[in-house]
Amino acid sequence: MSVAQPLAHTPTNDIDIMELDHIIGEEYVNDKENLIMILQAIQRRYNYLPKVALTYLSAKLGLPFSKIYGVATFYSTFSLEPRGRHIISVCLGTACHVRGAERIRERINETLHIANGETTPDMRFTLESVRCIGCCSLGPVFKIDEDMHARIPTDKVVQILDSYE
Amino acid sequence: MKIQSVEDLKAIAAQYRKNIYAPDRIKVNIGMASCGIAAQAKASYEKALERFPGNNGVAICQTGCIGFCEEEPLVEIFEAGKPRLVYRKLTADKILDAIEGYRDGDYPKKWILGQMRDPRSVLDDDIANPLKGVAPIAGIPILEEIPFYKNQVKIAMRNCGYIDPDRIEEYIARKGYLAFLTALNEMKPAEVIDVVKRSGLRGRGGGGFPTGIKWATCAKHHGDRVIICNADEGDPGAYMDRSILEGDPHSVLEGMLIAARAIGSRQGFFYVRNEYPLAVKRLVTAIKQAKAYGLLGEDIAGTGFTFDIKISTGAGAFVCGESTALMASLEGNVGRPRAKYVHTVEKGFRESPSNLNNVETYANVPPILLRGADWYGGMGTAHSKGTKVFSLVGKIKNTGLVEVPMGISLRDIVFTIGGGVLKKKKFKAVQTGGPSGGCIPEQFMDLPVDYQKLTEVGSIMGSGGMIVMDENTCMVDVARYFVEFLKEESCGQCNPCREGLEQMHDILSRICAGEGRLEDIPLLEELGIMMQRFSLCGLGTSAPNPVLTTILYFRNEYESHIRDHKCPAGVCKALYHYEIDKDTCTGCQACSRKCPQEAISGDKKKPHTIHQEKCIKCGICYDACKFDAVTIR
Repeated sequence: MSVAQPLAHTPTNDIDIMELDHIIGEEYVNDKENLIMILQAIQRRYNYLPKVALTYLSAKLGLPFSKIYGVATFYSTFSLEPRGRHIISVCLGTACHVRGAERIRERINETLHIANGETTPDMRFTLESVRCIGCCSLGPVFKIDEDMHARIPTDKVVQILDSYE
Repeated sequence: MKIQSVEDLKAIAAQYRKNIYAPDRIKVNIGMASCGIAAQAKASYEKALERFPGNNGVAICQTGCIGFCEEEPLVEIFEAGKPRLVYRKLTADKILDAIEGYRDGDYPKKWILGQMRDPRSVLDDDIANPLKGVAPIAGIPILEEIPFYKNQVKIAMRNCGYIDPDRIEEYIARKGYLAFLTALNEMKPAEVIDVVKRSGLRGRGGGGFPTGIKWATCAKHHGDRVIICNADEGDPGAYMDRSILEGDPHSVLEGMLIAARAIGSRQGFFYVRNEYPLAVKRLVTAIKQAKAYGLLGEDIAGTGFTFDIKISTGAGAFVCGESTALMASLEGNVGRPRAKYVHTVEKGFRESPSNLNNVETYANVPPILLRGADWYGGMGTAHSKGTKVFSLVGKIKNTGLVEVPMGISLRDIVFTIGGGVLKKKKFKAVQTGGPSGGCIPEQFMDLPVDYQKLTEVGSIMGSGGMIVMDENTCMVDVARYFVEFLKEESCGQCNPCREGLEQMHDILSRICAGEGRLEDIPLLEELGIMMQRFSLCGLGTSAPNPVLTTILYFRNEYESHIRDHKCPAGVCKALYHYEIDKDTCTGCQACSRKCPQEAISGDKKKPHTIHQEKCIKCGICYDACKFDAVTIR
């Protein structure tokens, strides 16, 4: 924990409009059918979906805000709240479940004191569960950012968490 | 260059065939699909590339998944005139020794899974076996004979692990795009549909609907027909489609092109779940390369036929694997299914006739066209022709993807190919068909696997996920697990599904917490029947399957939870505790050292004790003990 002060959970109002215009207008050619992919691009950029970005998107695409809100809350990968620096995705698919994924999730719960969907107060980790990453033979599997951790014995979980700033 | 004819294809094939069958320098194919990468294959790849950057007699290449995921990282090393070896668990610390050893004729048996005797695909029946003149090495098992591979017939997965998925030329070298150009130049659309019909191919995504009939019906409807590939693969435990997309994306592109030609369409879509970024990456490259060769886009092969493909990603919704929900999602909407009074082949995406097929279904199409309907129909059972890819996972020794002819028994898959249950534990059940399927117990293991037989025992084939469960899997917990999953994924619009799953989940959670009542069992059955009859879409109608099959075949576990407040498998925390058996414990301290709560005490070489008030039942001691001294009570 090298940060002097814990970062707040406050959503940002600081949006790069020109970048948004590029995503919506050029990359995704102002096409309403690309809504999901536009939201994914915004979340990749800000690590969550800032409300001001969605309001802007609504005006730009000509879609009611309620529709965008509906899509953002229906699909589980979208977050309307700021997320931590590192996203832990624990696979809770059947093969991983049968191989002890619940125990991995519990270890993480106990160590970081956050439940599924929550973020640590210092914004270091957000814990999410995923239903299948597709590495079923190597279960139990959990991902931290883009790193895949497979077949980790329950007692080694804390070690791995410690290696992420 | 733009490919204009079959002759152009054959020229490219001739040029690249040597590279994939008899390269004149050592070729190292490293399995770089998601399984391989999760097993740290990337480190092996980078280490090898650093030592052999490419101009000194060794070529370091990437390939897809050859199926035996348990043994990843899998690396193939071969050279013209020398044996073709598949190495297992070749992590970064071993790879350089393995390559140099191969070069010097040194083949460490412990590192080698097997030697391949015939690298040709099912489509290469017209070329000679490049390994024919190469003598086998004594003492190294023949890959095609080991139990994992012996009964497999690779059609959908014919190229996975044999080619570099990022090089279209290698796909072409194994008869790629030949079926499509033949369909385009030498067959009428109706003839193509007829071949697919006669082959007996049925939808591999789980629905099992006859593909040829779907194509024929779609072709009859007027409008801007679209070809859609369902790459959502939501069933937890199933990853066949991921493997095909990462290992052989062109096989799917070709299948879609053939469908487009047969049905009459100008636009195709991939709907890929967003948990598969590598699959999306490989598809983007494949589409780019196909376009560059003129196999995609405008005026393909100078025939005026035009077809373009767009990739759309999902955003984490299991229900979007359902066809109407998928199409809603493709349109940028919430993924809510609609009732199918009018089928999507008539009115689907943008209200136009839409042909939706699964990844594996499309991958089967080019071989069917090249080798014929009779060849494909000659495999399998009366109502289920051809082969199916299964993901064999869970408490099984040989985890991985297997492609077998329909009709093989469950026992052969689990015990012969799969090698049986991990750690010699007792087999309890195999779960097929994902959350829509059921748990099949020991007494049905001789059942032949096909669409019909599995439904007869209450399950379904589904997309091919096969999850093996042992004595430490609680079947009530499994039912609760599936219901919890479906409850979260339900779109919520119809009462039977939304309310039914909510109530089922409450009941099952109570049972797992030790607060079950005997009348809960008939109540679950009643709820299940209600949901089966009245839900709007397949998610709801099939949701009760895991619950009903576990009640049917494992009623004793439900009764144990309710009547005796015991979870015999040691899963439901409120209903068991761990105790160390004083007679078996050797005092080795393996458990006390690992216990995160320091809840185990005991002197060295003396029996240990678990302090129940500190124990959080994390299971670390149970797994650590090598003497089975930690028991479930």
